[in-house]
Amino acid sequence: MNFLFHLGRYVSWHGQIFSKPENWKMYYKETIRQLYDIGIGSLSIVLIISIFIGAVTAVQFFYQMDGTMIPPYYIGYIVRDMTIIELAPTFTCLVLAGKVGSNMASEIGGMRQKEHIDAMEIMGVNTAAYLVLPKLLASLIIIPILVSVSALVSNAGGYLASVPSGLFTSGEYIRGLRSFFIPSHVTMMYVKAFSFAYIITSVSCYQGYHVKGGSVELGKASTQAVVYSSILILIADYIIAVLLTG
Amino acid sequence: MIRVQNIKKSFDDTQVLKGIDFTFETGKTNLIIGRSGAGKTVLLKILVGLFKPTEGHVFYHDLDVCCLSKNDLREIRNDVGMLFQGNALFDSLTIEENIRFPLDMFTRKTLKEKRAKVDECLERVSLAGINNKFPSEISGGMQKRVGIARAIVLNPKYLFCDEPNSGLDPKTAITIDALIKQITTDNNITTVINTHDMNSVMEIGENICLLHQGKLAWQGNKSEVLESTNETLHNFIFASPFLKRLKDRALGIKS
Repeated sequence: MNFLFHLGRYVSWHGQIFSKPENWKMYYKETIRQLYDIGIGSLSIVLIISIFIGAVTAVQFFYQMDGTMIPPYYIGYIVRDMTIIELAPTFTCLVLAGKVGSNMASEIGGMRQKEHIDAMEIMGVNTAAYLVLPKLLASLIIIPILVSVSALVSNAGGYLASVPSGLFTSGEYIRGLRSFFIPSHVTMMYVKAFSFAYIITSVSCYQGYHVKGGSVELGKASTQAVVYSSILILIADYIIAVLLTG
Repeated sequence: MIRVQNIKKSFDDTQVLKGIDFTFETGKTNLIIGRSGAGKTVLLKILVGLFKPTEGHVFYHDLDVCCLSKNDLREIRNDVGMLFQGNALFDSLTIEENIRFPLDMFTRKTLKEKRAKVDECLERVSLAGINNKFPSEISGGMQKRVGIARAIVLNPKYLFCDEPNSGLDPKTAITIDALIKQITTDNNITTVINTHDMNSVMEIGENICLLHQGKLAWQGNKSEVLESTNETLHNFIFASPFLKRLKDRALGIKS
């Protein structure tokens, strides 16, 4: 029952988010601010996790395939496809759900508690649209870019972890990266990135926007934003995989 | 003028307002008073449209705002200004940006014109020159005045103040009251103040509505307070022994 209540409120809340902005300039300024906050603010963590995603994948597969008949250049191919199809979008977005999602829920929830949202409502501002739409637009622009960076850096991470340590040669790794490339895998990466970006932002903002009570409830909303976003990302990941590979 | 008609409001099984009829007059400072839990804030939130009443109507002149959709309600909100109990100033914006926010959102004025309007409002509340400070860098009394400046920047027809004197020393509270009274008279607007500050009642109470247990217990003005025989009013206004002694002395009653 509770689930249906939240689902209904979440869906009808979108009607408010996608109404005509009062002033495009203000929304544009807010979107730019969010692009900076989400993009630049998350770049370092995305770079760090991406290097290690690629590095671990390369080392792990070398260990699994060592001594088999499979040629070493296959490792480059496996690292490339694993990062593009799965690890870059899913891992990056799970981390962003923790970093960006909790931040959005706390920011909007704090505004609710300090009566900032009421103040804007009384001024005549459509608060759902003004507070959520710029975040949503910024996420849909910047998160796919971060995922692309992650995919690129992960492949570089695989190289750095394996070639200098002598697991295989630079030529073999690059040959693997260039082998059996299927462009639709990149499409799948972007479908995932856009879907996950939407989930992170809308779920987190929903949690913050409807928070009631004090700091304990705000903490809970922030945690729920991360938990629900992460679960929905994994469910969406499975559905997209089924739909696009079936 | 704002008229409320048979306003009732319930939250789950609790009925907070039990049928209020009252008229808040234009050009006067209208006070909603009452003890904590009497339903003052709920009534104020119904007046500004943050809550929908369970029953009854709120008329802004002849327009019933309870029947309006959210979007239609937003249309008339440019005529409404509100000072919140906690000021609700945006912490990450400067004082100027806070006051300019409604202008940025709803007007097509140039930056120069908007800045001139901000300066005019700040001067009106005697805070000229603090444009670049942040809310955290000024005192509580100054924050209240900035809140008033932001509330009046779009020249509203209706001004709502939720406990404007809470957390202020008596001297500053008197200044805030005087400022609200002056703005009401100068701009000929309908001002509704939710308070339980006795000084406010006796200084600026031109049209008072006393709520008690969700009902209208008394209405009148400051000069009628002392003469009234309403027990609920007297229990509320002269709750402290000190004020009771003062009243008795004023009326020549020996204790």
